[in-house]
Amino acid sequence: MFAPVYFDHNATTPLAPAVLEAMLPWLTAQFGNASSRHEYGRAARRAIDEARARVAAAVGAHATEIIFTGGGSEANNLFIKGASACLRPGLLAVGATDHPCVIKPAEQLTQRGWLLRKLAVDGEGRIGTENFLATLAQKPGIVSAMLANNETGVLQDLPALAEPARAAGAWFHTDAVQALGKIPVDFRALNAAGVHAMTLSAHKIGGPKGAAALVLDKRVELEPLIAGGGHERGLRSGTENVAAIVGFGVACELAVHGMAEAAPRLAALRERLERGLLEIGAILFGAGAERLPNTAYFALPDFDGETLVAQLDRAGFAVASGAACSSANPEPSHVLRAMGVAPELARGAVRVSLGAANTAGQVEDFLKTLQATVAKLRRLTAIAV
Amino acid sequence: MAYSVKVLDHYENPRNVGSFGKEEEGVATGMVGAPACGDVMKLQIKVGKDGVIEDAKFKTYGCGSAIASSSLVTEWVKGKTIDQALDIKNTQIAEELALPPVKIHCSILAEDAIKAAVADYRKKHGEH
Amino acid sequence: MLNLPIYLDYSATTPVDPRVAEKMIPYLVEKFGNPASRSHAFGWVAEAAVEEAREEVAKLVNADPKEIVWTSGATESNNLAIKGATHFYSGKGKHLITVKTEHKAVLDTCRELERQGFEVTYLDVKEDGLLDLEAFKAALRPDTILVSVMFVNNEIGVIQPVAEIGQICRDKGIIFHVDAAQATGKVTIDLSTLKVDLMSFCAHKTYGPKGIGALYIRRKPRVRLEAQMHGGGHERGFRSGTLATHQIVGMGEAFRIAREEMDAENAHIRKLRDRLLKGLSDIDQVFVNGDMEQRVPHNLNISFAYIEGESMLMAIKDLAVSSGSACTSASLEPSYVLRALGREDELAHSSIRFTIGRFNTEEEIDYAVKLLHEKIGKLRELSPLWEMVQDGVDLSTVQWAAH
Repeated sequence: MFAPVYFDHNATTPLAPAVLEAMLPWLTAQFGNASSRHEYGRAARRAIDEARARVAAAVGAHATEIIFTGGGSEANNLFIKGASACLRPGLLAVGATDHPCVIKPAEQLTQRGWLLRKLAVDGEGRIGTENFLATLAQKPGIVSAMLANNETGVLQDLPALAEPARAAGAWFHTDAVQALGKIPVDFRALNAAGVHAMTLSAHKIGGPKGAAALVLDKRVELEPLIAGGGHERGLRSGTENVAAIVGFGVACELAVHGMAEAAPRLAALRERLERGLLEIGAILFGAGAERLPNTAYFALPDFDGETLVAQLDRAGFAVASGAACSSANPEPSHVLRAMGVAPELARGAVRVSLGAANTAGQVEDFLKTLQATVAKLRRLTAIAV
Repeated sequence: MAYSVKVLDHYENPRNVGSFGKEEEGVATGMVGAPACGDVMKLQIKVGKDGVIEDAKFKTYGCGSAIASSSLVTEWVKGKTIDQALDIKNTQIAEELALPPVKIHCSILAEDAIKAAVADYRKKHGEH
Repeated sequence: MLNLPIYLDYSATTPVDPRVAEKMIPYLVEKFGNPASRSHAFGWVAEAAVEEAREEVAKLVNADPKEIVWTSGATESNNLAIKGATHFYSGKGKHLITVKTEHKAVLDTCRELERQGFEVTYLDVKEDGLLDLEAFKAALRPDTILVSVMFVNNEIGVIQPVAEIGQICRDKGIIFHVDAAQATGKVTIDLSTLKVDLMSFCAHKTYGPKGIGALYIRRKPRVRLEAQMHGGGHERGFRSGTLATHQIVGMGEAFRIAREEMDAENAHIRKLRDRLLKGLSDIDQVFVNGDMEQRVPHNLNISFAYIEGESMLMAIKDLAVSSGSACTSASLEPSYVLRALGREDELAHSSIRFTIGRFNTEEEIDYAVKLLHEKIGKLRELSPLWEMVQDGVDLSTVQWAAH
């Protein structure tokens, strides 16, 4: 069977076998509703409690700080909308390269009297301190800046942002969906530095789709996004998705335990990949900043990203052009635009995001395939011209 | 709801269930709680001429913890004088049965039942 | 050999049908792609599965697949429908109507809208649990923008007259939302004839997985909503967030099975329900809550007078049943649904909900009947209320020393 090489781990990841094994009982014999008081229900409740402890342990949080949601987008919406509903409308600042599920709810708030500031980034995708301090001087109520970017993998220096933000009196949230499992994420330390809330998601770390969490400092008051029944301390109602939550717990544990070994391995693969990309004439995005070890984001001048990924797919490599969530959007990536990349070049963007099963051989094959694809496309264009 | 071993024991094998004949000598009754609250406890004590509680019986409409609390109290009051019976505190009941916080009211009700039964005894026997 | 405890709580949640689990697993393993990934086959395979499931959901309720939007469950669907439509149509009015026996997901959402300045009428139900259509008509106002009534009640299983309510709403141009979480696979739902604008569904009450639901949003005449979750613009902008492919596939398969097997299954379940009711009919002071005709066959909600519900649950721990609804059973309050029926406190506190489903057997029902006979006798021996009633005391005349 033809099995394409999966190089799109920032979009979603395959389930770790141990995660599937942990989930299966909760999709079959152990089917109780965790709110039921009989043994079927109590067993489900215990499994959720255990998963909550695992997720909390993975990020150095307390179990009572974990609010399970149905996905990362929901967790981000919950914080942005939920926290704003408890504050008087004022200034709201979000990273210009943040995920749409942070930026869009923030834009919605402008209809409720909030003023939105998108925090400018430098050419490498890092939020500039000077501009940021100027924004803080205007006392924003809420600041949200992602820990690791889904397209570039670029990391924000959260303590450097959160400490002055706290001094300015803002609630500080970070979307850590892409960071979890790839770099150490320590909510206790971040919280001490002024981060009040953090979004995590299962399906980016070898867990299932349908489970995520908002880690929340209990001093922050939130309005729920989904009301009815009072689950998750009243902050997220709805029958718990036991199987996915159990999978999330195990995935967190595995990802964090495996990180010490996986991160340097992925970094070495990525280094080899990027060396090859540069030889082919690629321009790398965000490579000058601290980044996730698994992500390479590049463009080949004069080549359209959509065309390249289509060719690569046919040749057996699953990669992304821009973010998975906005792939339907023909506009060039808002992340690259914010970094000041020219639209023509941004349209060429291709993202390779590596994961556990990827090998050095696959990277070598990919580089050869890309080179051949480029050569072929060049010939075609030459003929067309 | 996970119940402690002691609650389960009293619930499965409640002690001293029943009622005394109304005309029996030295019998006093305490009835506390209300159907609207989900618990009604009836505690009866049979007091000897020396003021010592010779026997006790109960009937309870309520959850397992309420049944266990009243069953336990019937055991505890036996052999005590009515004054000593009044020294039984809800905290002792709650501790003995390892009641969870949401069930503390059951132990309070059991303490109230003792007070009500003693009050009924004193009323019938002309004590202040 | 009976497997204890016997599960008789199918309205709290159902087991995943083995056929559903089997269909889901490939989407947890080799077909793990993100359906939003447009650049490779992993994404396309997932997207195709999502669309196939959408067709199955649509088919069960005779709707167009384009009218189905995925959510995380009925609670989210109810929130999206009620808040989304109310906000969108807030220019037309500020009044909503719902019913006191609705699920918390509807009631709490309405409370939230009240805090935002909307006005909500919470209609009483009749003693049989059904909505009084005349009372409903009388509650309508010129500024009523939305009506929300559940199809099948989760606690007492009664079927509300949604066809009639829908016609009244349509005539007046009022948006009509129906929570159908407890209805799929139990009653026929034909959205080509029902005048329903928005309908909430979930998978885990119909032998599908937890964590997935859907909202039906009518296209003709078109109903508009304000999205409640923003982001990547999934689900045509109605609901952003990565779609959980395996759960969606599970819901599609569960709804396909429901469509194909509903008639035979309901006959089986009705037989078991009648057997249970007959088995209990010789016990004194036993009351069925809710109408027996306008009711799904799966549900039997019974008050065993003078026995408190929780002690009853403890006594019959070989039966997995519930007192009150699963969502509220952490509290000590008696069921608000039974209170709305006008049940006296001691009956409301004494109710047990038996909900029967696909995998129950006659043997299980017979075991339940035998166990109930034993335990009711024992608990009534313990009950001071039972004793008083036997002595001829009218409990309503007693002055209770409430604590």
